[in-house]
Amino acid sequence: METISSSSTELHVLAVDDSNIDRKVIERLLKISSFKVTVVDSGSRALEYLGLEENRNSSQFDDLKVNLIMTDYSMPGMTGFELLKKIKNSSTLKEIPVVIMSSENILTRIDRCLEEGAEDYLLKPVKLSDVTRLKDSILKTENRGISELQSHRGKRKRSDDRLLVLPSSFSCHKDVSISPPPSPQQPTPKLARL
Amino acid sequence: MERNQMHRQIANTRKLMFDQGYLDEQFIQLEELQDGSNPNFVEEVVTLYYRDSARFLSNLDQALEKRPLDFSKLDNLMHQFKGSSTSIGAKKVKTECTHFRNYCNARNAEGCKRTFQNVKKEYTTLRKKLEAYFQMSRQVGPVETAYASSVVVCTIRYDTIHSLHLNIIHSNLPLRRCAARSH
Repeated sequence: METISSSSTELHVLAVDDSNIDRKVIERLLKISSFKVTVVDSGSRALEYLGLEENRNSSQFDDLKVNLIMTDYSMPGMTGFELLKKIKNSSTLKEIPVVIMSSENILTRIDRCLEEGAEDYLLKPVKLSDVTRLKDSILKTENRGISELQSHRGKRKRSDDRLLVLPSSFSCHKDVSISPPPSPQQPTPKLARL
Repeated sequence: MERNQMHRQIANTRKLMFDQGYLDEQFIQLEELQDGSNPNFVEEVVTLYYRDSARFLSNLDQALEKRPLDFSKLDNLMHQFKGSSTSIGAKKVKTECTHFRNYCNARNAEGCKRTFQNVKKEYTTLRKKLEAYFQMSRQVGPVETAYASSVVVCTIRYDTIHSLHLNIIHSNLPLRRCAARSH
């Protein structure tokens, strides 16, 4: 049984963000986590890129197949939410997991995104630990998907366990009227005397 | 000896930025993304921040000149600037941005104008500190590789900029564990 492990095939992420800085940081976070990365600055460019995907002679092991889309929520033109909807409404793209990134901790917004089919909603600034967790859950999903395809050969249904509500990304959502609590870790580590 | 003194000075400058609340945990997150393959990552991100900030602040200045004030536009602009500031760990700047947005939501023109001055002040102060810090780091150059591994690990937590030349294989958790253990 063929499985995707992090060492054999690199997962390809399409990251969408209108901020220069956030694009640079997310690209670095993903590369350090051994993802292949494509970064674009808008929803329309993302769809363009994915549209080109559709036209490719795609096989399961296509090098450039996008395994995950990570998009900022607040973008001029097409928001991340609108991009999410377009992807989930597309017969060819809807299986690609979409993660929303946002600096705003708004419960109704989070709910709406998850209801629309987002895999997860990450609070910005996105950390390395967020990306690592995401990678683990995407790998599990991909492997499950492949074994399903091999055993059932049927259309994969959207089952409840595809809704990967990762607890730690929600750990600060207890009080949604205020911004997330400060990081528990002290910003100044104790220093060694050299 | 002099080299060690300079390293200590750089480390102290860095520590002070955290102690005085100019920088937060996010800056450390950026430092942890820096390594041999991307030795200037933090400075590159910060340089991008200066460029973006110049644009945001200028747009905000202009928007604050208009009569009547378009609070929704002001809030949108400040949201973007706050986002950038958050991404580099600019703690005080971020706080002032929040105050500004609160005044926007309250449609308080005087409050907006006043807090905008604070936003600019905090940004300028932080920028000066960061520029001085990076300049010092550049002057000192690479750290010698002849350190024992435990010392090297401490050095990384102490002054992460210099980890770039040591080709330490980056890993989040072991670094933290080692840092804790050595104290």
